[in-house]
Amino acid sequence: MIRRLQDFMLGILQRTEAVFDSAFGERWNPWYQLGALSFHLFWIVVATGIYLFVFFDTSIVGAYASVHSLTEEQWYLGGVMRSLHRYCSDAMAITVTLHLLREFAKGRFRGAQTFSWVSGVPLLWLLFAAAIGGYWLVWDRFAQYIAQTTTEWMERLPVISDSLARTFLSDVTLSDRLFSLMVFMHIAIPLFLLVGMFIHVKRLKLARTDPARGLSIGVIATLVLLSLVKPARSMGPADLSTTVASVDLDWIYMNFYPLLDRVDPVYVWLLLAGVTALLVLIPWLSPQPRSAATAAAVVDPANCNGCSWCFQDCPYEAVTMITHEYKTGHRQAQVDPDLCTACGICAGSCPSATPFRHVEELVSGIEIPGFPVDRLRKEAMQKVATLSGDARVMVFGCDHALPIDQIESEGVAALSLPCAGMLPPSFVDYIARQEAVDGVLVSGCCTDDCFHRKGSQWTEERFASRRMPHLRTSAGHDKVRICWAGVSQRDKLETALAEFRASLRRHGIAARGDAESAGGGHEHQ
Amino acid sequence: MNTSDARRWLGQGVAYALFAAFIGYFSNSPAYQHLPPDQATIKLSVRHSGQLLGECKQRDSAELANLPATMRAPMDCPRERSPLELVLEVNGATVLHDIVPPRGLHRDGMASSYRRINVPAGAITLRVRMKDHTAQADFPYTAERTVTLQPAQVLVIDFDSQSRRFKFL
Repeated sequence: MIRRLQDFMLGILQRTEAVFDSAFGERWNPWYQLGALSFHLFWIVVATGIYLFVFFDTSIVGAYASVHSLTEEQWYLGGVMRSLHRYCSDAMAITVTLHLLREFAKGRFRGAQTFSWVSGVPLLWLLFAAAIGGYWLVWDRFAQYIAQTTTEWMERLPVISDSLARTFLSDVTLSDRLFSLMVFMHIAIPLFLLVGMFIHVKRLKLARTDPARGLSIGVIATLVLLSLVKPARSMGPADLSTTVASVDLDWIYMNFYPLLDRVDPVYVWLLLAGVTALLVLIPWLSPQPRSAATAAAVVDPANCNGCSWCFQDCPYEAVTMITHEYKTGHRQAQVDPDLCTACGICAGSCPSATPFRHVEELVSGIEIPGFPVDRLRKEAMQKVATLSGDARVMVFGCDHALPIDQIESEGVAALSLPCAGMLPPSFVDYIARQEAVDGVLVSGCCTDDCFHRKGSQWTEERFASRRMPHLRTSAGHDKVRICWAGVSQRDKLETALAEFRASLRRHGIAARGDAESAGGGHEHQ
Repeated sequence: MNTSDARRWLGQGVAYALFAAFIGYFSNSPAYQHLPPDQATIKLSVRHSGQLLGECKQRDSAELANLPATMRAPMDCPRERSPLELVLEVNGATVLHDIVPPRGLHRDGMASSYRRINVPAGAITLRVRMKDHTAQADFPYTAERTVTLQPAQVLVIDFDSQSRRFKFL
């Protein structure tokens, strides 16, 4: 059931992302950086909130008056700040919700990602509590509606020992101290949210919290423009002697509030508690059982020289360095199986995963049992043996990107790996030197949307000699090309492949045995 | 700028415009009708301690001997308080009949209740009654009033625990 829903959502997501790819390009596609966008919006909300706080008066009369004056008399700055504060909060609710749905569709809630998934669920409550509390502070008619409805809802909780809603019986029962408390809450809850966001990304190596600059500018410009065109305004001062009959509801945050008028608020608590419990339990309701194919990476102490490249490259921090089992003064890698997703990026970084070694069975210092480097060498060589014709290209792809068997043809052989980052650069060199190969093309997920987070990026950096292990090839960098292509980017990969083969022919590299015309850096599509 | 670039920028412009339109609209639209236009609101609020349910009784010497030395109080007074029984009638019809339990693990705290009830605007007769002991046959606290409520007006009926009577605010 969950997997069917996932597949259905993934289909929609991939089509949507493809449309956005064509408009924004991969670097600026907002779908690939929803988490980073949420962080970005959070900081704008904090910055604008600090400005608003400078002018805010924490009293019953002063609260409305100070916000109203800021909005109307200082519309060019205070008004824009207030509107940005509101619209960025709304935008954050949208990006967070889409982020959650996308990670679900991509299945990034199981195994090593369970921690990030589960730790993200309470953040939803904190985000909504922070936003709803913020509306309260304005103390206009909308705030009155929220205060009354929220307190009536809250007091249906058995842990609330006294009637909160009595505070809003009449203007007489209200106290200035309540606004001081609300300001404190409106600062404290976002602080908890920030701590929660930090914990949420704690187990991810180099978690992306800044969106691409172009996207960031686009989002800010859009929301500033919206703030100028449709500034956020108050609904008139609160008046507890009358009920707010009609309210301009923020449907992005308070879409469930009308339910409170229609059913017993206890059911709304049960509904939200049920949704929360379901979200928390999803990793266990649809687990990813360990199979031979997804078994955690293993370390072979005899081949591990303690270089720590796997430790630096593991996107899930599953690798740590410990004292070597028997080599005095040396270190070796250690894998936490609970954190390992069997992506193989560690094997791609291992200097001992070189196919040039003259051993009967190639064993790397670290590798995944589901796809050991010995099997990689054998399968790659079997594929190479099938190549014929001119401009023969060996393509390495990724299981989570475009299925590359679709592009196999005469002169093109393809081998898919769990992640492009699993391919050691020495393998590229090894294959490129084969008589039967004219070029090697590496494909996989787009760098900003790598299923295993860093596989594509690390591959690019290794090939560009910015990350160890470097791609060193005497066959010539012209014989190596990278083309990242998501599941819906078959045209892109086919075009890149055709251009690559044409380039190989043009340079005469396609001629069998002619591997001399190398030079310059590898080409990146 | 070639056609492809122009199309890309246009695509981005459309995406940002849709994003802004979605936020701009749903951040305060459509308006939600919280209260029908021809209705008013009554807020009924009570915060009162029910009477103790049991009588104090004198402990005999055997009972005292069975107690730890620090707990040998001569009087045994049960702490549990009675729930409140609250009834609100509008134009003779009962719109609320509530049993309000006392707070606390030992049910010895104050009983507190807040209810918001929407009623038709215009002239109405309200009758509110309350018992603070389960043994009471009749309602010792009663108030009745005819009021004319404007649409959206809030009428607060609050029980003053000190003067032990309902107030209409």
